[in-house]
Amino acid sequence: MTNVAPLIEAPAEVESSRRGFLFQTLRRRPAAVIGATILVLVGLTAVLAPWIAPYGLHTQVGRVFGHPSWRHPLGLDDGGIDMVTLLMWGVRVSLVVGFAATFVSMAIGGAIGVVAGYFGGVVDTILMRITDYFLVVPDVPLMIVVAAIWGPSLFHIIIVIGILLWTSTARVIRAQVKSVRERVYVKRARALGAGHTRIVLRHVLPQVAPLLIANTVLTIAVAIFDETALSFLGLGDPSTTSLGQVIEHAFERTAISSGAWWAIVPPGALVALIILACSLVGGSLEDALNPRLRVAHLSARTFRLRPLVGRGTDAL
Amino acid sequence: MRGIDYVLKRIGFAVVTIFVAVTINFVLFRLAPGSAVTNLSRVPHATQQLRHALEVQFGLDKSKGEQYVIYLKQLLHGNLGVSFEYEQPVSKELRIALINTLPMVTLGTLFSILIGTLTGVIAAWRRGTPVEALTVSSALGFYSMPTQWLGLMLIIIFSGVLPTGGMTNEFLLNPGFWQHLKDLASHIVLPSLTLGLVLYGEYTLIVRSAMLETLGEDYILTARAKGLKPWTIVRKHALRNAMLPITTLVALSLGYIVAGAILIEIVFSWPGIGRAVYEAVLQRDYPMLQGAFLLLTISVVICNLIADLLYFKLDPRITE
Repeated sequence: MTNVAPLIEAPAEVESSRRGFLFQTLRRRPAAVIGATILVLVGLTAVLAPWIAPYGLHTQVGRVFGHPSWRHPLGLDDGGIDMVTLLMWGVRVSLVVGFAATFVSMAIGGAIGVVAGYFGGVVDTILMRITDYFLVVPDVPLMIVVAAIWGPSLFHIIIVIGILLWTSTARVIRAQVKSVRERVYVKRARALGAGHTRIVLRHVLPQVAPLLIANTVLTIAVAIFDETALSFLGLGDPSTTSLGQVIEHAFERTAISSGAWWAIVPPGALVALIILACSLVGGSLEDALNPRLRVAHLSARTFRLRPLVGRGTDAL
Repeated sequence: MRGIDYVLKRIGFAVVTIFVAVTINFVLFRLAPGSAVTNLSRVPHATQQLRHALEVQFGLDKSKGEQYVIYLKQLLHGNLGVSFEYEQPVSKELRIALINTLPMVTLGTLFSILIGTLTGVIAAWRRGTPVEALTVSSALGFYSMPTQWLGLMLIIIFSGVLPTGGMTNEFLLNPGFWQHLKDLASHIVLPSLTLGLVLYGEYTLIVRSAMLETLGEDYILTARAKGLKPWTIVRKHALRNAMLPITTLVALSLGYIVAGAILIEIVFSWPGIGRAVYEAVLQRDYPMLQGAFLLLTISVVICNLIADLLYFKLDPRITE
């Protein structure tokens, strides 16, 4: 079955504006609203960290692994530094790594996906073979090897994560571009004499943009996750404080055997929260963009006939 | 005939992938700053002759192409070099580590596939109910947690109840077979549980969306029209067809399993491959790191090949 049931609940306005579609999808799904709210809050904290952090990032304000108190709600770390301050700065670095690495991978994945899908043929075959290869090779061991050889630095971490995460983007975008390319308006544009660049930029890219955004949000989560993994292996930049490094320091400096749960629970929980928020937003977007998931012939409580409505004559 | 074509194609792809991985392995470590010689000739009064003798000994005076051929030849004989740190053949060290890693990873993966499939099917079947909301949100929660952190949380929760580090109790002198097995089993619980929990969330989400897609197919409507029981439809009609995407996606998550295993072994001091990678990074033990990377890559490629062939067995229509 090639044709897909049209979006049942989607009136004409959805077609009218793609940006409107994105916002509408987000508004209609509670999961997306929660995720977006968390992301905005975390993002604001990260941006404002230098002004709202209660103490200095490098100032010792109490004894080592000091207990949580009114003045220090999350206690102190192994250097007597306020945990709240540490987390605010940590979020900042983690988000920078997440966004920058994602930007690198989007640029690579998007370019490969568009070129492979649009031109097809030999170019497509070669690019997809390369993608297949990167898809199979386990990311993290390769990241470890490259990071170990290059040496620890934030810039290296960003590049390493970025150049290994683009595969899913390239595949998703290629599939979309392939279908968009065959649509009538693209053919018309070509007949009117539009060049490849114009067709890709004006007609193909806007069509795949929502999917690209969904993919971006999900990639940010993976990038942040990988950063904590690399930091945990001691491959992070020792001169900066990311959430991954806060976890690693607490682990290395025996927070657990000292009973200082406050030094190790909050940073991990914060990473989990950010990844969860990204997954919620990206997942709902992807769900909304995949109309097949709306159709369910078998559902425990409600047996819906809706999908048959408006499917056209070929369903009969 | 086309089936054989498909199988050959997949095997060919796996072989090429391994070859590329081997080449990358060779090139990457040649890009590393310094060489074995710069390190060894850092002794006082190192003469040019000493340096040259070392270069000849390590074959570094030969061209890069020749070095590559020698590397490939030695690799075919199973020679992965000698570890800087242990001064033992890398292959020997890795073999021991692999034998330690496999039971832990297998147990964790089986656990996650079992729980993931079960909760995924339930979530799809109970679509739109609180049951779905609960299964999906707990799956997402575990999926979001950093692996190493979840391991540390389990240590905090279970410390005192279960052993939280190592593979055996070293103070147990000459244990009997059953005692030894019991000891191993108690040590394997937490690492495997961590891996299982980290992976299960992803599997739940995969199984759920695969099931939702199959449940939307026309043959499900037909089955329902025939008056079959819902559970029969789920088991015999939907899940069987949903197995296809599930196999692929589980195979694709192998890299994730490897990453998880590395982090978990560090947290629980499990003497496996992941621990070997960690030690190698800390000591800058390049031959060990190189060998471990190759071993991990090759095992993932082979598991992927198996998944591809399984896919073909499940759905013989596949010819691409």
